[in-house]
Amino acid sequence: MKYLLIVLLCLLPTFTYAGEAKDLAEDPVLEKRMVALAQNLRCLVCQNESLASSRSGLAEDLRREVREQMKKGLTDQEIIDYLVSRYGDFVLFDPPVKSYTLLLWYGPFALLLLGLIGLVFQLRKRKNSVPENQLSAEEAQRADALLNPPKDSLKDLET
Amino acid sequence: MMRFLWPFVIFVMLAGFLYVGLGLNPHEVPSPLINKPAPAFTLPQLHESAKQFSSQDMKGKVWLLNMWASWCVSCREEHPVLMALASQNIVPIYGVDYKDKREDGEEWLRHGGDPYVLSVSDTDGRIGIDYGVYGVPETYVIDKQGIIRYKQIGAVTHESLQKTILPLVAELQAK
Repeated sequence: MKYLLIVLLCLLPTFTYAGEAKDLAEDPVLEKRMVALAQNLRCLVCQNESLASSRSGLAEDLRREVREQMKKGLTDQEIIDYLVSRYGDFVLFDPPVKSYTLLLWYGPFALLLLGLIGLVFQLRKRKNSVPENQLSAEEAQRADALLNPPKDSLKDLET
Repeated sequence: MMRFLWPFVIFVMLAGFLYVGLGLNPHEVPSPLINKPAPAFTLPQLHESAKQFSSQDMKGKVWLLNMWASWCVSCREEHPVLMALASQNIVPIYGVDYKDKREDGEEWLRHGGDPYVLSVSDTDGRIGIDYGVYGVPETYVIDKQGIIRYKQIGAVTHESLQKTILPLVAELQAK
């Protein structure tokens, strides 16, 4: 009897799991879609967190709003437009290409291009300023001796 | 000498950008609602929940819409400024008690004084979302045609009142 009680007591914790997060299971497909969308949206309260992961009150409200709009049958793009019309482009983690984001999107490529142009100019200048060095006969002989030492001298080193 | 000129110029430019960046407040996100019609709402009043207030009632008047809450810390800082403004009778201030319990909101106004012509109760924050609120207090200046002309993010201060809000209100009222 005692042992049975112990076994039953050991089983008890398995019945007590998952008290929270009930609303997640309401409609798993919709929830998945909501999370996928919210991962690309910024929580405006804790600005480097996404709407999907933030625990702030506003993020919870906005997730509820997104859920409701999905239930109404709005497309993802329509929901994004709805949020952008209220909170601005700042809610998007992926800023759209606009006249004032051109520098953001293409600035790095412009810098790369500038660097390449600079490099080409620099190399050309260098080619002109560094004269080709012609070796005299004596120098050539010495270089040859250093580069191709006689075979027996190497043998000396080995022993 | 020229060897060091370009790195130095680039350093000065970067330092300039960083210096400007230090002065910016990342929590001030420009609202896309400026110069757009204020989202319409009809909500129960805070003090008399049987009575409704609709933003449509305010057509033809310049007014301030202030989002506040009893749990909001900066609202305490802002409160005396609003009280002073209300006593001058320049512009009517309407309040939205944002995501707050009705009793808490009423209690807070009873204690600290009530600068609002009336407040409405937005218990679950839906009107807040319509107005793009992401942190109370936020204050909107709305003109006679019901168009949002200015949004103050964070507490209204004497400085922002004198420099921006009151001149704008005077200009809109003259129209």
